Amino acid sequence: MALAPPITDIEMLKSHPALACLLQWNPAVVQAVKYDREELTIWVEKDAIREACAILRDAREYPFNYLSDLTCVDWYPSEPRFEVVYHLLSISTKERVRLKTRLDGSSPALESVTSVWPSANFYEREVFDLFGVRFTGHPNLKRIMMPDDWEGYPLRKDYPVEGYR
Amino acid sequence: MPQLPATAVEPSQDGTLILNMGPQHPSTHGVLRLVLEIEGETITRIKPEIGYLHTGIEKTCEAKFYQQVVPLTDRIDYLCPMTNNLAYCLAVEKLLGLEIPPKAQWMRVLMNELTRINSHLVWLGTHAMDLGALTVFLYCFREREDVLRFFEAVSGQRMMTSYFRIGGLALEPPLGLLEKIKKFADRFPGNVDEYENLLTGNPIFKMRTQGIALLSAEDAIAIGACGPTLRGSGIDIDLRRDAPYTGYENFKFKVPVRTEGDVFARYICRVEELRESIGIVQQALAGMPEGPIKADAPKIVLPDREKMKTQMEALIYHFKIVTEGFGVPAGEVYQAIESPRGEMGYYVVSDGTAKPYRVHVRGPSFANLQALAKMCEGGLIADVIAAIGSIDIVLGDCDR
Repeated sequence: MALAPPITDIEMLKSHPALACLLQWNPAVVQAVKYDREELTIWVEKDAIREACAILRDAREYPFNYLSDLTCVDWYPSEPRFEVVYHLLSISTKERVRLKTRLDGSSPALESVTSVWPSANFYEREVFDLFGVRFTGHPNLKRIMMPDDWEGYPLRKDYPVEGYR
Repeated sequence: MPQLPATAVEPSQDGTLILNMGPQHPSTHGVLRLVLEIEGETITRIKPEIGYLHTGIEKTCEAKFYQQVVPLTDRIDYLCPMTNNLAYCLAVEKLLGLEIPPKAQWMRVLMNELTRINSHLVWLGTHAMDLGALTVFLYCFREREDVLRFFEAVSGQRMMTSYFRIGGLALEPPLGLLEKIKKFADRFPGNVDEYENLLTGNPIFKMRTQGIALLSAEDAIAIGACGPTLRGSGIDIDLRRDAPYTGYENFKFKVPVRTEGDVFARYICRVEELRESIGIVQQALAGMPEGPIKADAPKIVLPDREKMKTQMEALIYHFKIVTEGFGVPAGEVYQAIESPRGEMGYYVVSDGTAKPYRVHVRGPSFANLQALAKMCEGGLIADVIAAIGSIDIVLGDCDR
């Protein structure tokens, strides 16, 4: 089974319910799209991520009403360094979509989606704990895995895998 | 003056008391610590503290070759090792665009369902024991022992199996194993009747579970509950049916859904799942195809021992896979499967090298634990035990 090349043309993908919904709301927030290995990724403007999530959750026909996962990828040393990744699922149609937003390496911060999904609480704490990305508007942003007095962010690429800090 | 640990909590109002439960409490199924704020017997606030079992598996994965990550995934959710193996292998196979032969797929379904039975038996035994029904535990572990013997027979390990590999299975199942599983599968529905005789109609058990730790459908979605916790609240979702993987589309099974949203509803969902799982095992045994157990991809799958001794090429491939790993085309994949606890997702990012750039595990226990506060606030302390049992968390999966 050979891999099909990814599709990155917005025009070809705009029939996908999630993308159509976002384009209808505000085409300016969609930075890029990619359809690869049967999964759709949408890069969303950093400042619009909370609203984009709320719009997708409340979409009438295809509500992406379930936050499956929220995590982060560190692309050190390239900039923008961090990509926060949201995996949404539609409980009614069982479709999935991946939202991504890019963040700079110096004091990365973006708006919390806990007001859209209370379930984002633990996930955002985890990303804060392990990557040092701050979420503004989070009700209880503190370390979740590591001890409270831990220094450094273990899942960053410039953090060593073994040895002493 | 020594500083108080930051996790110590002050009561938020007069007349309440802070009570620590865990991390060494026997009914927390691991090292879960709950900070309860109570007013008399009533809980006004509940805060789970986790991380006691955090081992940095996601970080370790980034330093290993793709095939070396498989044994790490067992250790994440140690009650369903094969489900973890499967989710990871499927994710990498999707990245590679690798096709798996039918026999390997059917064996994966078979072992995966046995894993579900194994996990549900541990849950049922310990959940009933938490609520005071001690006998069920002994019955459940009797059958679990049989399942663990099957695991040992296929992989050499009772718990950390690592039986599924990228591209297929580690070993051919031993002769006579399928007949033994068949015997077990014929007997098992009778065993489930035994458990149900002890619990389902038991007035004490019903009083401890019915109407306790309620979770409405809207809350369940908002708080991100998954698996039987979500189905117990009336949401009809099962990834085996809705997004079939590894050949689940060939199997017929029902998805038990209850609308009550209490501990009893979750109990019924899981017990029904035991029966459905054994049905899938029967179907897998009846239709087991013949053929290879590994994909035909010499650069990715290790060659047979016999070939290595006789063919130069096989020896070279073996050497290269073991010393350098294999490159995976750049890209990313989120593979979600239905674990016994709910949606288990592996998000694997590749940058084209032989080591994964990022592996993230979406643990169902981590998601379900958030629902605990919603369930317990306003309830009694004694019901927290029932609620923890009903969401079936494994702390290894939570903390990773």
